[in-house]
Amino acid sequence: MAENDIILEMKGISKSFPGVKALDNVSIKVRRGTVHALMGENGAGKSTLMKCAFGLYDPDEGEVYLDGEKVAFKTPKEGLEHGISMIPQELNPIRFRNVAENIFCGRYPEKKVMGITFVDDKKMFEDTKALYKELNMDLEPTAIPNDLSASMIQLNEVAKAISYDAKVIIMDEPTSSLTAKETDDLFETIHHLTARGIAIIYISHKIDEILRISDEVTIMRDGQNVGTWPASELTEELIVNRMVGREMTAWFPEIDNNPSDEIALEVKGFSSPNPRSFQDCSFTLKKGELLGVAGLVGAQRTELMEAIFGMREHSAGELYKDGQKIENKDTRDAIRNGFGLLTEDRRRNGIFGGLSVRDNTVIANLDSYCNGASFLNLKQIDVDTKKYVDAMEVKTPTYDTLIRDLSGGNQQKVLIGRWLLTNPDILIMDEPTRGIDVGAKAEIYNIMLDLTKQGKSVIFISSEMPEIIGVSNRVMVMCEGRISGFLEGDEIKDNIIMDYASRVGGSGIKA
Amino acid sequence: MDNKSKASAFFGKYAIYFIFVFLFLLVSVINPRFLSVRVIKDVLMQSSVKLIVALGMMFVILSGNIDLSGGRVLGFAAVVAGSLAQTGDFARKFYPNLPELPFFVPVIAAILLSMTFALVNGLVITKLGVAAFIATLGTQLAAYGLNSIYYNQEPNNSQPIGGFKKSFSYLGTGQIAGFFPCVLAISLVCAAIVHIVMRYHRFGRLVFAVGGNSEAAIVSGINTKKVILTVYLIAGFFFGLGGALEAARTGGAQNNYGLSYEFDAISACTVGGVSMNGGVGAVPGVIIGVLIFILIQYGMNFIGINPYWQNVVKGALIVIAVAIDARKYAKRR
Repeated sequence: MAENDIILEMKGISKSFPGVKALDNVSIKVRRGTVHALMGENGAGKSTLMKCAFGLYDPDEGEVYLDGEKVAFKTPKEGLEHGISMIPQELNPIRFRNVAENIFCGRYPEKKVMGITFVDDKKMFEDTKALYKELNMDLEPTAIPNDLSASMIQLNEVAKAISYDAKVIIMDEPTSSLTAKETDDLFETIHHLTARGIAIIYISHKIDEILRISDEVTIMRDGQNVGTWPASELTEELIVNRMVGREMTAWFPEIDNNPSDEIALEVKGFSSPNPRSFQDCSFTLKKGELLGVAGLVGAQRTELMEAIFGMREHSAGELYKDGQKIENKDTRDAIRNGFGLLTEDRRRNGIFGGLSVRDNTVIANLDSYCNGASFLNLKQIDVDTKKYVDAMEVKTPTYDTLIRDLSGGNQQKVLIGRWLLTNPDILIMDEPTRGIDVGAKAEIYNIMLDLTKQGKSVIFISSEMPEIIGVSNRVMVMCEGRISGFLEGDEIKDNIIMDYASRVGGSGIKA
Repeated sequence: MDNKSKASAFFGKYAIYFIFVFLFLLVSVINPRFLSVRVIKDVLMQSSVKLIVALGMMFVILSGNIDLSGGRVLGFAAVVAGSLAQTGDFARKFYPNLPELPFFVPVIAAILLSMTFALVNGLVITKLGVAAFIATLGTQLAAYGLNSIYYNQEPNNSQPIGGFKKSFSYLGTGQIAGFFPCVLAISLVCAAIVHIVMRYHRFGRLVFAVGGNSEAAIVSGINTKKVILTVYLIAGFFFGLGGALEAARTGGAQNNYGLSYEFDAISACTVGGVSMNGGVGAVPGVIIGVLIFILIQYGMNFIGINPYWQNVVKGALIVIAVAIDARKYAKRR
């Protein structure tokens, strides 16, 4: 390929943060009109590298060439104006201002009336409409982001990038909050963009998507570039091995637990007061069982589990634990009744970022360290923290380290330790491996398996098909707030799960 | 970390202590008479009530809330305490027919009154879901209004209340064993108890958890509403106690007492490293925060600087302290 096909080149980029070398002499070449995937475990340096290109970070060493010209952007604004856009994983639009303003934020078209400068709303709306037409987007310029789905907000970010005449668009985990259908739509938009000569840098953990969409794949590990390969030469196994730098023979542990026939939990007719949320959900959970809960985004899996845990209202439904009727009016009831809930969004309602690893470990179990006057037994707290930090193999300098200074995987292990410490009979785990690197994932699967071997039951929600297939004894599929079906044994296959996930009761595909 | 960044982290962490020592030395050098037992005692006695108010405010801020009613509630508590603390033979009594009461009755009355306002604050915030800023802004105004109505009753008719019995005044002006100010002793005992609760008691952890991440606290089975209600009640206790002591210390009470005490307390907490987002802070910082403002006020008077400059310096200090704090977090990125 000719040299002028390279739209973005980064040469010998190094970047250090206090105590960490985040990037070590990384080079990468991105070709015009291609999708270039960037893969690696958490902390491999993917986002840092892209932030160096975009102007969010200033690299310590190395050079960036955009379209053959040496550039060194000091701010994202400079990056944008020279044709690099970055769509972050966590979309953060101005929630209550319309989408057109979101696109033209900071560079509103202007008009002068009697010498005074005003925003030219008419032109802004017309320009926005033209953009949407170009991208085949069905959206009104006056729509308010707060009323829109995540995928629409994301497409608006794409429109914004196009309005800056982007040559390179960086997408960081773009599908993490999209449904399968929305993902398909996004991929179509991406094809449309590459056909126009725009290069897409696609950061993702989802290997199947990467293999589907990308032309070239660069794999990073520990701040270094492992290599770049055409996607056609890669397989799932090769990618995983290159990301972790070791042979992952046992990708999922052998599911060798033995669920008993005893029923640990029966959920009967759970319905939400909100008609669009979960309705009439009934299922049973056996002692020592690993129940996977599959479904598309919007299937209301999280909402159902939060209601069972007493975090959300339900208007109808009953819970029976070990045959006894129980009620979880709030989370305190749930914990007393032997439930634990590892939430989906670690940062929002999992970790206490400003508190230590120790406090984060024991917080759900404080009552057990109290003497008569509720003073805490600090020695016992230390003993238990050590026990669970060791058992979970949490990598932390000290127990006083703030949990926000740990990596995502280590934070998650602390949170799992927090729940194990409450000794639950039923642990509900909502996306337990989201945003966690491959090595830590395998450790978490083993912890789940060990729990079931101790006679505890685990319900886990996952949107990653291989995980559902690889770790469950049984799979419950949800679709649009209803339980669509249960799969066991040979039925646990991705096409059957997808079938049930997209239609209540499925359409009858056989194994 | 290299030595330079270690040093700057150390300075960042203890900046407020350095500033305090610097100001203390500065005033002492300019006017060595500042270093007398009488002056230091006076500074500490002036700080005592402020510290008690700041301790209450610290609980509220740590839980991720705010209480703007503290100052006015303290003022009301001071007036009520004063009205019940007069000697039997005082000529202009608030309650002409009231017999002389033991010294602890006005104190308890002040505390109960203040805790009633706290209960209202707590319930409005937790049950009605009104933002703490708004709820306590309302209470603040209502407390002042009710105080003025009470203060304006016949036969008092908005006259300053005075003539306190000795045992009551002793709380604010007395010296234990002839040298240690009683009001200082009370505030130090309060600070010590709060410090122990925050570090070693279950409740302290709950406050940090609720302030640090209230959603995660709910998932962890913490009754966040109960914690917030309790936090306001504790603050109410301190505001009430502060009101009684303020009356005792100054030997009088008027309906304008306590004006902007809540802002002094918030300032002291902020400068002392209590994060306005909740979940971060400790008693030693708050103590320094209180002392530094009194030091500025007293010290600048002492070395003869136009008192209007005090507010300028205080205002600058708040902003600088928070800027230093913000830099600490900015570096984490």
